Amino acid sequence: MQVVHFFMKHALKPTQYAILAAVMLTASVGDTLLSRGMTQVGPVDLHHLPLLLHALANPYIVSGIVLLIGFFASYMTALSWADLTFVMPATALNNVVVALLSRFWLHEHLSLSRWAGILLIVCAVGFVAGGPSRTEHPSEHHELDVMDSGAGR
Amino acid sequence: MISAVAATLVPAHVFREWSCILVVAALAISGECLIAAAMRRLGDLDDLRTQPGLRGYLGPVRAVLSNPLFLIGALFMALNFFAMLFTLSIVELSLAIPAIASLTYIGNAAAAKFFLHENVDRRRWTAVLFVAVGVVLLAK
Repeated sequence: MQVVHFFMKHALKPTQYAILAAVMLTASVGDTLLSRGMTQVGPVDLHHLPLLLHALANPYIVSGIVLLIGFFASYMTALSWADLTFVMPATALNNVVVALLSRFWLHEHLSLSRWAGILLIVCAVGFVAGGPSRTEHPSEHHELDVMDSGAGR
Repeated sequence: MISAVAATLVPAHVFREWSCILVVAALAISGECLIAAAMRRLGDLDDLRTQPGLRGYLGPVRAVLSNPLFLIGALFMALNFFAMLFTLSIVELSLAIPAIASLTYIGNAAAAKFFLHENVDRRRWTAVLFVAVGVVLLAK
């Protein structure tokens, strides 16, 4: 019974998987747009910092920033019910998405070491996804108990 | 002192590049840990929704935006963003991205263990190392 309870508590809901997918996709597409925009803006050095503000007029940078705000919102939602070390490998998958996009959409060549990199990150996600999503701290339960008893009085 | 010794041992541009990389990674780790701590304290954002529909999201948004830990974390992330833009302009993309990413992953795992008291077991350490190596391989 205890075991069933443990797994029920840590199983993710479909909406929570959707949030993790959003974390992965918004970050990868947003980063791609940003890097494309920055190559158009050109190099920025310490003596020309106002150029960074000029970058805000670039449509690629603006859409990249919008997507990264979406990333931020879904990332924080994920952190509200999962550990940082659980969400991290999920965000690492965005590197894999970028690599696969460049292979199958932009038809770039993927070297053997890149395929190895993809495999390692996918394995990492598999490891972590198999474990609990949240570390339970006894102190938190204690606080809740105290709060409950307070409410009951 | 350490920086003076390091400066004599490595060429100036290498020192400058790696300083940038370390600063960007440190800002990311601080920001992510502060934000993770803030979200952990707030609890499941779904429970903060006041009503069904889009308007119900005002509750969680208000709770997040008024959390001091989150605000400090967001400040670090903003600094990280501009430091990253600056770094990308002086460090080659193929060095900056994998170096920053893998340092951030490893640093985050250590910080999550020590500051957030997350249970970073062998399973999670292995995952972090796999991700760090994987990111480097992907950038090759």
